[in-house]
Amino acid sequence: MPEITLVQAVNMALARALGDDEAVVVLGEDVGAEGGVFRATDGLLQRFGADRVLDTPLAEGAIAGLSVGLAAQGLRPVSEIQFTGFIYPAIDQMANHAARLRTRTRGRLSCPMVLRAPCGGGIRAVEHHSESPEAMFAHIPGLRVVIPSSPARAYGLLLAAIRDPDPVVFFEPTRLYRAAREEVEDDGAALPLDRAFVLREGSDISLVTWGAMTKETAAAAELLAEDGISAEIVDLATLKPFDAETVLASVGKTGRCIIVHEAPLTGGVGAEIAAHLAEEGLVSLLAPVERVAGWDTVMPLPRLEQQYLPSAARVAAAARRALAYQ
Amino acid sequence: MSAEKTEETLTEPWAAGAGTVVRFEIGWSRFIDPKGKAVRPLPDFARDPAELKALYRGMVLARSFDAKAVALQRTGRLGTFPSALGQEAVSVGVAAAMHADDLLLPSFREHGAQLWRGVSLFELFLFWGGDERGNDFAEAREDFPVCVPVGTHAPHAVGVALAFKLRREARAAVCVFGDGATSKGDVAEALNIAGAWQLPAVFVINNNGWAISFPVAKQTAAETLAQKGIAAGIPSEQVDGNDVVAVREAVARAIAKARSGGGPHLIEALTYRLGDHTTADDASRYRNDAEVSPRWAEEPIVRLRHYLVGAGLWAKADEERLLAETSAEIEAATAAYLDTPPQSPGAMFDFTYASLPQALAGQRRAVLDAAAE
Repeated sequence: MPEITLVQAVNMALARALGDDEAVVVLGEDVGAEGGVFRATDGLLQRFGADRVLDTPLAEGAIAGLSVGLAAQGLRPVSEIQFTGFIYPAIDQMANHAARLRTRTRGRLSCPMVLRAPCGGGIRAVEHHSESPEAMFAHIPGLRVVIPSSPARAYGLLLAAIRDPDPVVFFEPTRLYRAAREEVEDDGAALPLDRAFVLREGSDISLVTWGAMTKETAAAAELLAEDGISAEIVDLATLKPFDAETVLASVGKTGRCIIVHEAPLTGGVGAEIAAHLAEEGLVSLLAPVERVAGWDTVMPLPRLEQQYLPSAARVAAAARRALAYQ
Repeated sequence: MSAEKTEETLTEPWAAGAGTVVRFEIGWSRFIDPKGKAVRPLPDFARDPAELKALYRGMVLARSFDAKAVALQRTGRLGTFPSALGQEAVSVGVAAAMHADDLLLPSFREHGAQLWRGVSLFELFLFWGGDERGNDFAEAREDFPVCVPVGTHAPHAVGVALAFKLRREARAAVCVFGDGATSKGDVAEALNIAGAWQLPAVFVINNNGWAISFPVAKQTAAETLAQKGIAAGIPSEQVDGNDVVAVREAVARAIAKARSGGGPHLIEALTYRLGDHTTADDASRYRNDAEVSPRWAEEPIVRLRHYLVGAGLWAKADEERLLAETSAEIEAATAAYLDTPPQSPGAMFDFTYASLPQALAGQRRAVLDAAAE
C-alpha cells in the first residue's frame, strides 16, 4: 500500500468516484490539462476524458450555479473553487439554491453536489489565498461542511461527500496537502459524515479542532504530555451538522475543553461548540471553555501569518490556564 | 488623392493599424400587429386554427389566474403575488414552443408558462399561498420551480443543458428572466459559458420595461438587451413580446436548433408590465397613466382575439364558453387550495436533508412539542 499525501488522497478519491459512478463529473478552473493548481485533479482528464473532467470558464458563481443544474439532473458534480478567497460569489448559489432545492420542492429535486476548495493559511501564499470561511457555510441549513485532517480522512470523507445525496462544501487545508504521508488503501471505503474522530485519547482536557489545526493541536498535546497532562484531541471533521455527542462525551470525561480553529474568533464554529457545552455539558465542566482562534483581523499577508495562526504554544497555554482554574 | 488613399487603408485595416473587427445586428420580428392584423404570412403552426385557439386559451387562463391571485391576496388569502398582466404572450409563447422533455427554468412571473407545462392552478395557488408543496409538481417533474432571486437561475440552465449534452440527449433548457436580470453577473456568466460550450440552452429575456421602479432605459446603455447574448457569442434577436405567434415561432426555432446540436440562442421579448411589480408595490409612485395607457393598446390577448375574430375563427359564444370554463377551473382550484391545511410543523425539517441528521432531531421534537401544547 503506497504512502500518499493529502492532495494525492483527494486525487485518488476523485478517480475512484469517477470510475465507480458515471454520474460523477469533476469541474472547475484549470482542473483539466493543468490538473488543478495544487494538482488535486492531476491525470483525471487523461483517464476519464473531457466529458467527465471539465475546465470551466473563470466564474466562481456560475461554477456553483451550473453544478446545481447538473445535480438537479441527477449528475454528481464535484466542483472546485480554486481558493477559498474566491468562494464568496458562490455563497449565493449555495445558500439560495443548492441548500434549499430539496426543501422547496419537497424532495422533487435535490442537489447532490460537492464544492471543493483549498483553505487556510501557513503556506506563505499571496493575498486572498489563505482564508478560512467555513463558519459562513456552516451557518446555512441544508449544507454539510467537511474538512479532512489527514490523507486517509481526505480519501474517506471525500468519497462520502460525493455519495451523499445533499450538497457538501469540502474544504481542503492547503498546509496539509503535502505535509505528511500515510498509507491509504484505495478500497472505495467512505468514512462517516456527521461524525467526529478522536485522534488522541486523554483524560485531563479535550482539545477540539479540525483541518490544519489538528497539527498544532497535536504538537500542543505533546508539550502538555511533557508536563504529565493527558490531552484528548477531537477532530470535528464535519462542521455542519457537527457531532455534539462525541464532543460532549469527551468533555464529560475530561471536564475541560479548548477549541482551536484558524478562522477568526467571532462567530466561528468554535462559538457554536462552546454554546453546546454551555447548554448541555455545563455540569461536566471544571473550567471555562476557551477558544484559541485566528484573531478578528483581516488575514495578514505571509510575513505576519505565523503570528495570526494559532500555535502549539498558544494552545498549550490555554490548556494550562484551564487546568490551573480553581 | 488623399481620400482615395484613406479608402484603401480602410480595406486593409491591419496595415493601417486600425479597422473594424466585427459588426453585429439585432433582428426583430412580429407576425400579428397590435390591431390584430397579420403583417406577414404566419408560420406553419399558426395556420392550424386549433393551435391559435390553444394559445389564446393559454393566455386567457394565465390572465384569469392572475386576476384571481391578486383578488385572493387583497382579501388576505394569498401571499405577496407578482402579476404578469400584459405579459401572457411571452409566457405562453415560450412554453408552447417547448417539447414535453425540454426543461423550463422560470423567473417568478411566468405563471402562464408553468400552467402550459402542466403545473396546476392548485399548485400555483399553494406556492404563492406560502406552501412548498406547490413546487412538488405532479407534471413537468424536472422543471425548476420559479426563481425568486433575480437571474440566479441562469447558471442552473447552463448545468441542465450541460447534463443534456453530456448524456447526448436531444433536449433544451429554456430559461426565462426579466430585463433587470440582464444587469446581473449571474446572467453574464451563464451566457458566456453557454456560448463557450455551445450548450442546448435557450435564454428568453421577458423585457417588460420595468425592474420594480427602474425603467430599462436606466438599466443599461446598451441599445438592446439581446446584444448581451452577442457579446457571449450567442445568436440573439428581439421579438414583439405581445405577439404570441412571434414569441412561439422564435423560441421554437431556437429550441429546434438547440436540440439538434446547434448551440444556444437568446431571445429578447419586448412586452410591458401593465400591473404593479407585485401586490406589495404601487406603480403610481414611479410611473403615471400617460406612460401606461398607450400600452393597453398593444396587449397580447385583445390582439390575438382581433386576429381570430377577423379570420372568422372566434365568435362571442366561443369567448363566453372559454371564460366560463377557465372561471370554473380557477374556482375549483381556489376551493381546493383554501381547503388544504398547512403542513405539519415538523415538515420544515423533512426535506432539509435527505435524512434528518442527529443534530436536528432535538429541534424537530421541540417544534412538534410546541405545536402539541
